[in-house]
Amino acid sequence: MKNKITEKLGFILITSSIIVTLAFLTVVIYMIFSKGSGIISWEFLTSVPRRGMTAGGVAPAIVGTFYLTVGAVIFALPLGLACAVYLNEYSPKGCIVNIIRMSINNLAGVPSVVFGLFGLAVFVKFFGFGVSILSGSLTLGILILPGIISASQEALTAVPQSIREASLALGATQWQTIRKTVVPAAIPGIMTGVILSVGRAAGETAPILFTAAAFYKRGYPDSVFSEVMALPYHIYALMTEGTKPDKQTVIAYGCALILLAIVLLISAAAIVLRNKYRSAYVN
Amino acid sequence: MSTENKIRIEAANVNFYYGNNRAIKNMSLNFYGNKVTAFIGPSGCGKSTFIRLLNKMNDLVSDTRVEGSIYLDGEDILNKKTDVVKIRRKVGMVFQKPNPFPKTVFQNIAYGLEINGEKNKKKITQTVEESLHKAALWNEVKDRLHDNALRLSGGQQQRLCIARCLAVEPEVILFDEPCASLDPISTNKIEELILELKKQYTIAIVTHNMQQAARVSDYTAFMYLGELIEFGDTDKIFTVPREKKTEEYLSGKFG
Repeated sequence: MKNKITEKLGFILITSSIIVTLAFLTVVIYMIFSKGSGIISWEFLTSVPRRGMTAGGVAPAIVGTFYLTVGAVIFALPLGLACAVYLNEYSPKGCIVNIIRMSINNLAGVPSVVFGLFGLAVFVKFFGFGVSILSGSLTLGILILPGIISASQEALTAVPQSIREASLALGATQWQTIRKTVVPAAIPGIMTGVILSVGRAAGETAPILFTAAAFYKRGYPDSVFSEVMALPYHIYALMTEGTKPDKQTVIAYGCALILLAIVLLISAAAIVLRNKYRSAYVN
Repeated sequence: MSTENKIRIEAANVNFYYGNNRAIKNMSLNFYGNKVTAFIGPSGCGKSTFIRLLNKMNDLVSDTRVEGSIYLDGEDILNKKTDVVKIRRKVGMVFQKPNPFPKTVFQNIAYGLEINGEKNKKKITQTVEESLHKAALWNEVKDRLHDNALRLSGGQQQRLCIARCLAVEPEVILFDEPCASLDPISTNKIEELILELKKQYTIAIVTHNMQQAARVSDYTAFMYLGELIEFGDTDKIFTVPREKKTEEYLSGKFG
């Protein structure tokens, strides 16, 4: 009898947890949608801000966020994948590798504003890239690096040892085995890591605060050394500065909605790509 | 001694350690050209470990050590200076569980040629077809060359792995319990194939199935706790074993 009650209680507890989680998610999406959807129009998406950012569109911020995110992935994916391959395929098992692993995991826990300061000191000042797309992309890249490394490592670990042996037994070198067998088999898993990272990179504010973002910039960036507007920072600026909070708040929610949509869109694209790769590889 | 009884591989005083555990104890054994040598013995006696030395697959296992020598064509396989890749191209292997790449049937076989630098598409296509013929799989897959190899049945996958191995033209083929995960009909096909292949190759096979050893092999090696207890003609080992241990194992007293 007692067991039955515990069983029932456990079930209720677990079910209510999922309901609460879904409720939060729904409320967030509903709020952003209801407050932001009103202002969304073709003009809002394609024109530049006007009248001290109380009117007009947010196109430069959309473009900026896109550049920064793509830049971050271009930088972090090859580097992260190479690190994961080293850690998983080449490194001798032991103390030093464990320390490296631990350091990478700790890197994931560093607050993003610290990355922002690091980017300012290293990319903006030391390398002299200035406040630019390049500095911002590199900073965001470092931010998402740990995620990409651990996702790639997990994907590589999931590749069965037996197909490594198959390749080596045919006289393939270790590098050929990695390049032609192990990494291709791991691609779907690696893509999942990239998807998650893209969402993170697109939404971060602190790392681009000092490295890339402009409060207001006329027109679009013309090179990787340009400052850019970016959606998350634009939201921050609209909510904290300016003279017409009521008008600005609406625009900020519009930006939030667009940001959400961009992240979902990139994720969807990555999922399609992943599935396509999987079937091309397997089919 | 006729030419086909020529010694192809000569193993002398081989010891192998996993950490401090000596898994192979002082094994000396010859493999003869165009003959099948079977390894039998209870689980964990070192059969697989021993044949995996012949193509250096144990290099992949960390904290291991090997002593002794295994000569193939005058070259010591166990010598650290010997080119691993060269050895593995000469000594092919078919594993316990079919392990095709998650690629198409065609790509699976072309793989070995491509890593060897073969670029000629015609040559590759031709070799793929030949290898599938040799592995007695062509008729079953000729219309499915561009299907995923993982969609083939277990027995077909194992023959695909054999075809993949043949495509790189090895001289020696190691079979590590190739039928362990297969049904009797597929097992039968693989056994027929082994008998066919020995006309061209030197073959070693590890098996838990004593009837299989009796059916396919010319020589049998019985191993127990890392030691070679008895080696000789398969007929003799199965009918008049010299050692008491061999007799006990064959009659099912332990295993």
